[in-house]
Amino acid sequence: MQVTLWGARGSLATPGPETARYGGNTSCVGVVGREGTVLVLDAGTGIRRLAATIPESVRRVDILLTHLHMDHIQGLGFFAPLYRSDMDVHVWGPGSATQRMAARLRRYLSPPLFPVSLSELPCRLTIHDVQSGEVDIGEFRVCAALVCHPGPTVGYRITSSAGKVLTYLPDHEPALAALRFPSLPREWTSGGTLAAGSDILIHDGQYSAAEYPGHCGWGHSSLAQAFSFGTLVGARRFVPFHHDPNHTDDDIDRMMAEALDETRPAFQVTPGVEGTVLDL
Amino acid sequence: MNSKPKPIQIILARQFASTLAMPILIVDTEGTLIFYNEPAEAILDQRFDETGEMSSKLWSTLFALEDEDRNPIGLEDRPMTLALTERKPISRTMWMRCRYGEWRHVQITAFPILGEANQFLGAQMIFWEL
Repeated sequence: MQVTLWGARGSLATPGPETARYGGNTSCVGVVGREGTVLVLDAGTGIRRLAATIPESVRRVDILLTHLHMDHIQGLGFFAPLYRSDMDVHVWGPGSATQRMAARLRRYLSPPLFPVSLSELPCRLTIHDVQSGEVDIGEFRVCAALVCHPGPTVGYRITSSAGKVLTYLPDHEPALAALRFPSLPREWTSGGTLAAGSDILIHDGQYSAAEYPGHCGWGHSSLAQAFSFGTLVGARRFVPFHHDPNHTDDDIDRMMAEALDETRPAFQVTPGVEGTVLDL
Repeated sequence: MNSKPKPIQIILARQFASTLAMPILIVDTEGTLIFYNEPAEAILDQRFDETGEMSSKLWSTLFALEDEDRNPIGLEDRPMTLALTERKPISRTMWMRCRYGEWRHVQITAFPILGEANQFLGAQMIFWEL
């Protein structure tokens, strides 16, 4: 599979010269399989550019939403395939205890927040409630599990037909679910089983160690916590993701160096830079 | 015992229980005792770090229960069993005695843990000494 980071920023789109290198678009990752299956992980503002790269011949796209915070859905209405009548678009995401996914998503994709309603979209749209468990999408097996983050939030484990594993946990605070982190085994750690043995782990690393205590419970990790999580699950390559909108490129460079120096992970770290392409 | 993957609701239940002063036991859908907190350790005279998870057959022998009239309460009528089998909350006052301890008058509350789409995930029990 080929994995492309179309948006690696968290919380708020952050254009500007000071964020140009890591990028300012919010969460969106494209996954294309060897047989042509197209998955889109989250619909942040990065999804607009991704849409332009989908070949004309593609007739089905699956969008896997981790949760419905704005930075993960704000680009959805600007995803060009939604306006093609010859396109099947499947949107997957978590429902809540009282509302189906479609009803939750409609709160954004309807006036006054957006001029076009879901029911007016020309494409053949199917909205799925993600349950914890596995589903086959094209050549991929996709496993979802609820993880520690405010509101219903899932992570995704995507396994290719060749057995390669990409795990996507862009918003994740496993340290909140442990008195001392990381002290518990994988099965007692949020996301631990989902991410076990990942070839590529794209994971939240929003804060520095100094910033985390002031943001505990907001649903995000420090880079050092993220690297510790990567070690716990035995990741082979780690991509820090969901950069804080207040962090400049130089800030992220500095935070990354400090966290690597503190944790000295055994896995390869590939900075979450918008435009990065990873082959797996 | 082999430890199975835990859903986030159970992981968070353990975290919550770890910070409370009330004795709390958490079981999975099969009745396996998958966690008990420090206050419960004092009552059970066991340490979770040492015992790890315990099958329902094993942990149910750790204490005896009697109703208010001092009649023994069988395994099938215990609060945790009812929470698991009937998937309803139950709260009763009763008498409890651990292996080498004295009888204690307690309120026991047990309730099922239901996740998204009412998925049954296990049950939780709280002791309250009267």
